[in-house]
Amino acid sequence: MSVHPQSARYDAIVIGGGHNGLTAAAYLAKAGRKVLVLERRHVLGGAACSEELYPGFTFSVCSYVVSLLRPHIIRELQLARHGLEIIPLDCSFLPLPDGDSLARWSDGERTRREVARFSRSDSERLSEFGLTMTKLCRFAKRIIDSPAPDPASLAPRELLKLLRLGRTMKDDPTDLRWLNFKLLTMSAADFLGLWFESDVLKAPMSVSGIIGTFLGVRSPGTAYVLLHHYLGEIDGAFRAWGFSKGGTGGISLAIARSARAFGAEVLEQSGVAKVLMHDGKASGVVLENGDTVHARVVISSVDPNRTFLRLVGEQYLDDEFAGQIRRYKLRGSSGKVNLALDRLPEFSCRPGDGPHLYGDIAIAPSIDYLERAYDEAKYGDFSRRPYINVVIPSLVDPSVAPPGKHVMSCFVQYAPYDIKEGPSHWPRRREAFGDAVVDTLAEYIPGLKDSILYRQVLTPWDLEQEFGLTEGNIFHGELSQEQLLFLRPVAGWAHYRTPIDGLWVCGSGTHPGGGIMGSPGELAAKTMLAAKAL
Amino acid sequence: MPVPTPFHPRTSDLCHSLLWKEWSRYYAVCSYDTCHEREYFALRHAAGLIDVSPLFKADLRGPDAAALLSLVTVRDLRKLRSGRVTYLCWCDDDGKVVDDGTVTRLAERHFRLTGNGPLYAWLARYSDGFDVKIEDTTETYGALALQGPLSRAILAEVAGNGIEKLRFFGSTSGTIGGVPVGITRTGYTGDLGYEVWVARDDALQVWDRLIAAGRAFRLQPVGLDAMDVTRIEAGFVLCGVDYFPAHHCLLDSRKSSPYEIGLGWAVNLDREPFVGQRALRDELERGPAWSMAGLEYDWNDYEALFESYGLPPQVRSAAWRDAVPVYDLRRRQIGQATSGAWSPLLKKNLALATLKSGHARPGTRVQVEVTVEYERRTIGATVVRTPFFNPPRKKA
Repeated sequence: MSVHPQSARYDAIVIGGGHNGLTAAAYLAKAGRKVLVLERRHVLGGAACSEELYPGFTFSVCSYVVSLLRPHIIRELQLARHGLEIIPLDCSFLPLPDGDSLARWSDGERTRREVARFSRSDSERLSEFGLTMTKLCRFAKRIIDSPAPDPASLAPRELLKLLRLGRTMKDDPTDLRWLNFKLLTMSAADFLGLWFESDVLKAPMSVSGIIGTFLGVRSPGTAYVLLHHYLGEIDGAFRAWGFSKGGTGGISLAIARSARAFGAEVLEQSGVAKVLMHDGKASGVVLENGDTVHARVVISSVDPNRTFLRLVGEQYLDDEFAGQIRRYKLRGSSGKVNLALDRLPEFSCRPGDGPHLYGDIAIAPSIDYLERAYDEAKYGDFSRRPYINVVIPSLVDPSVAPPGKHVMSCFVQYAPYDIKEGPSHWPRRREAFGDAVVDTLAEYIPGLKDSILYRQVLTPWDLEQEFGLTEGNIFHGELSQEQLLFLRPVAGWAHYRTPIDGLWVCGSGTHPGGGIMGSPGELAAKTMLAAKAL
Repeated sequence: MPVPTPFHPRTSDLCHSLLWKEWSRYYAVCSYDTCHEREYFALRHAAGLIDVSPLFKADLRGPDAAALLSLVTVRDLRKLRSGRVTYLCWCDDDGKVVDDGTVTRLAERHFRLTGNGPLYAWLARYSDGFDVKIEDTTETYGALALQGPLSRAILAEVAGNGIEKLRFFGSTSGTIGGVPVGITRTGYTGDLGYEVWVARDDALQVWDRLIAAGRAFRLQPVGLDAMDVTRIEAGFVLCGVDYFPAHHCLLDSRKSSPYEIGLGWAVNLDREPFVGQRALRDELERGPAWSMAGLEYDWNDYEALFESYGLPPQVRSAAWRDAVPVYDLRRRQIGQATSGAWSPLLKKNLALATLKSGHARPGTRVQVEVTVEYERRTIGATVVRTPFFNPPRKKA
């Protein structure tokens, strides 16, 4: 601890050293403000962190791939100079239970040939689908790169923003505009069904629509989340995903280096216990060790629930607002299993090393399989046969494992926070959940169990306890329609300001939402600077 | 990653240059020598053998095959007689061209469609209610283009009598080297020529027989570079170069109607409904905004321009497809030249251009961009009718 509360007076204190908190801090520091970032854990990055949990093996503990990180943030914060390196994923691999498999490559012709084995029509319509999604992305990109306009507002500024947004659609043909609205209301499975007939495409593609939500691929509204994941770009190409060198913590560390270079102070092991309130106004924070630090403004990058109900306290909020925050849906639905392996996993459907392993690997053999996994979760169980998204980053970034050894990161859905015994019973079910994941994978990788050197299982409960993600929601709140855009986190408070004077929010629980985007942090900082809040 | 065509064992042995490219996911030879010139002259003076297997192919069988093809393409194929081939294009609902290719009526109820892009999904989306079986035969058949003035003589040796009688855009079947083949009098060189269609397992026998018989006629294996020069001489547009398939265009302005790419003649407008009919009718009434035109560069201008840099005139030996702007005489851009080539036969610098309709009349004087020593300049050019090269033997 090197904060000396009496000696320092800050323009802004950022609660939480995740990538959004660091991004906000970097932008404010760049604008000449004196900024302090306080992180509770011993490593920076929040859910975008890398840790060596087993000697020689570095895990991207939570978040594991990146694509949404906005290119202009990379430029404006000079992240490449500060060590950001992103290695593109070349392949999406789908092993199937019957011994078949499908690999989708960045090479479109190669993909078409693979898909044609299952459906010739689907194989030929892939490029049309890609073109339509690119067109939709062009529109959505404008939405995520600026604060969300409020269509319910009659303020001229909001109306003007809406008008401007509408004009960007004016050159689009009517059917594309219709499709935009369909996207907002359809299920991911139905939306993909507009193009495709085969489950080998629909299943692995539809899962993008459910990640981080407590919904199934057949639930209405999930099509939008599909686009949210399609929007990711690397060097201008949509739908490009990549590994950060050294794990996703590498991104956070690059942002932290940028923030520090601009003059921000960033402290680990400095948990915030309370927002310091003075005359109903936020005037600083009280640390877990009892120290107080004062600042002109406090910016919280933790989720809305934790910010308002725990760090501020309901006594400072009016009923209506507190109610909305209480009802804000978190409902974590996913877990994470990280494995250290003493050899490369071998899939029985495509044995041996090969480029099909260098990207992401989906255990999502059919729409029914995914919906069945959701069925179990709806009634308070984790899925016995879950959707698993596997990556083996050590194949393209050898710095994360000893030579010949590998790290395997498994994102798992569904693991509902509210299991039927109650969330606090998760620690007792943790290993059973881990076993379900490894058993599922072992059906495709027969030698997996013998090659595991170390296993880390993170349930939604662990994500809450260790990473402060309330109810274990990886996006600080579901990306469902009623919690997006001008409704995120709460209608009327979507522009990073809060009902508490001097308190701002900049986490994934604000527009445009979760994923390693940096946009909430960036937009919050820019909004504060424009409002001369500090 | 490309895959080999059925003729790959032979073409790869002969391709000493190692100059290959990807053509619709297949490996294709650019030129067997490091320069394609010898192959070009073989096409125009003797004969060339080109592996065109990567063309997409679909076979349609059934009583409604003609009706389905008439619905999805711009032509009324019920009128196409058995043993005849026709060239056509197909459009989306907005009358914008999706692809172009040929249709062969192999039998009363059996048609084969070829195209530059995948065909199956496009046919399948309209085929509900039609009694027709659609089969993608791209991988089933290998195809060879035997092109050039001596192609008929070679084919007569290997495929027997009757070939002489096969008329321009006719189709027949026969055997080569004991192997059953389909033969059409078609091609992409604008010359006398044939295309031979063979089951992939029999492909090498046909290749060997043609090469052996062709030796006396100076038949050469020919790559895509030489064919590209000849197709420009012939004034044939290339999908993806001179126009873009409508369902792959991010911008509407990139799409073209058949009238705008010189395929208006292929449209049978007044008949039962077909895909794009209404839009095409409206467009014809309105007048198409763009026209495909041939350009001949002014050689004196060209030479003088290079002379002003102290250089002899330089022409690229290969055809080019990096588009350059075309201006009217008042320096307003009126379109673009999308591909072009120096014609060694005509001794002319040729280009295919998309021009605003008012500027595409033959004889119109325009300016085209030419880059010399990294500097962008313009020289004069004249709009001319295509084909630039149209020998009587093509149809004889």
